[in-house]
Amino acid sequence: MGDGTTVILDENGTKRALTRIAHEILERNKGVSDLVLVGIRTGGVHIARDLARRLEEIEGEPVAVGEVDITLYRDDIKGHASHLPVGKTDIPFTLEGKRVILVDDVLYTGRTIRAAMDALMDHGRPTIIQLAVLIDRGHRELPIRADFVGRNVPTSQKEIIQVQFNDENRPVDVLLQK
Amino acid sequence: MGFKHKDIIALRDLTKEEILLLLDTAENMREINSRDIKKVPTLRGKTIINLFYEASTRTRTSFEIAAKRLSADAVNISPSTSSATKGETLLDTAKNLMAMKPDIIVMRHAISGSHYFLAKRLPCSIINAGDGAHEHPSQGLLDMLTMRDRFGRLDGLKVAIVGDVTHSRVARSNIQGLTKMGSHVFLAGPPTMIPTGAEQLGNVTVCKDMNEAIDGADVVMMLRIQLERQGKTLLPTLKEYSRYYGLNPENLKLAKKDAMVMHPGPINRGVELSSYVADGDQSHVMKQVENGVAVRMAMLYHVSGGELVE
Repeated sequence: MGDGTTVILDENGTKRALTRIAHEILERNKGVSDLVLVGIRTGGVHIARDLARRLEEIEGEPVAVGEVDITLYRDDIKGHASHLPVGKTDIPFTLEGKRVILVDDVLYTGRTIRAAMDALMDHGRPTIIQLAVLIDRGHRELPIRADFVGRNVPTSQKEIIQVQFNDENRPVDVLLQK
Repeated sequence: MGFKHKDIIALRDLTKEEILLLLDTAENMREINSRDIKKVPTLRGKTIINLFYEASTRTRTSFEIAAKRLSADAVNISPSTSSATKGETLLDTAKNLMAMKPDIIVMRHAISGSHYFLAKRLPCSIINAGDGAHEHPSQGLLDMLTMRDRFGRLDGLKVAIVGDVTHSRVARSNIQGLTKMGSHVFLAGPPTMIPTGAEQLGNVTVCKDMNEAIDGADVVMMLRIQLERQGKTLLPTLKEYSRYYGLNPENLKLAKKDAMVMHPGPINRGVELSSYVADGDQSHVMKQVENGVAVRMAMLYHVSGGELVE
């Protein structure tokens, strides 16, 4: 590990944070009925799948997981964004009448979340959308806040937050690079 | 990697990686076409002009739907309603359109090279929807996407293209694209309709007859006999053409067991394609049309960055 890199959450810390979020989701929504998770590609999808496993362990019922790619909903398309490849959006269930937990790894400006919510709305009308993130690093540019947060981390805009995943795409630890 | 072209005029101008990027984007665009709200806000505020100097239903509608699904504003101009009939030159028409600040012009024109001519002179993006007997890149891309859907790859496929290759921009775009992606193209058609030097385009084999081309093929692509283009001099009768170069259930057996049958449309039923084959299980014609919208969305998306990124 190079100079200027700190571990914000180690493997056990990440596991505990996600377990706590899973419990909070169940408490707030009174179980998993009508509950679905939608992860934002790509980090958010891995976190969503991890959360789904934990929810199933606790409740004994599977929870559906969808994936949303926000490239086509970005607000900086006039710049260079249209040179980006478009990822796959895969929501193989209806959102109509569902309680949707939108999941991302890091919450920063809030622009990604805005784009993801617009994308979800185009797939149907959920009863409620709640936001779960592993890290909230501040610097919001839109009026958006998370319902479930693994860890609040005060950062400067120059710093980089990196959530690391293992070969099975399960979150391992979270690093902050100065 | 990113897409660095202002225009898409010919698949000859694109690298293998760029073609792959367009196909991947198109594949992911398909999700939009299958949901209730078939629209994303990506090209909101962009203006796209469909300038069609030649008749077209499929391609023009497909480009128009693609533009609208990306939230761009699309305007159609066809020759019968344009000043071209009053003698205005192509450049004058284009400059007048340019004064209305479009972001992309999608054009079909009978003269090969007219797109390069405009692309050099106009700041907006130019997309080729067919230029003479040169190229039809969106058709080439949608054909490749349809093949990739089926086989999961393009590398190593044996693709037979049968018919009037000389006058076919569909064939040229497919040959350019497929050979770059590692497929092997076999051409067959009346000798008057096979361009000289076709082998120089890459991994291309010119066959002496249709059976040789479709023998063991993964894909049999039939070209439309373009009665409006080649006049009547190259072809004795349609009946004779159909006997030697038409695809029917009998000769289709020469191809691989589940070979794909493709056709760019509109089909001359009973000429290049018998109705049994056109409507049969092996026909992928409707999938081609379906993929057309997604491919054109990908093309509009990737040229719309405007400036080149270094």
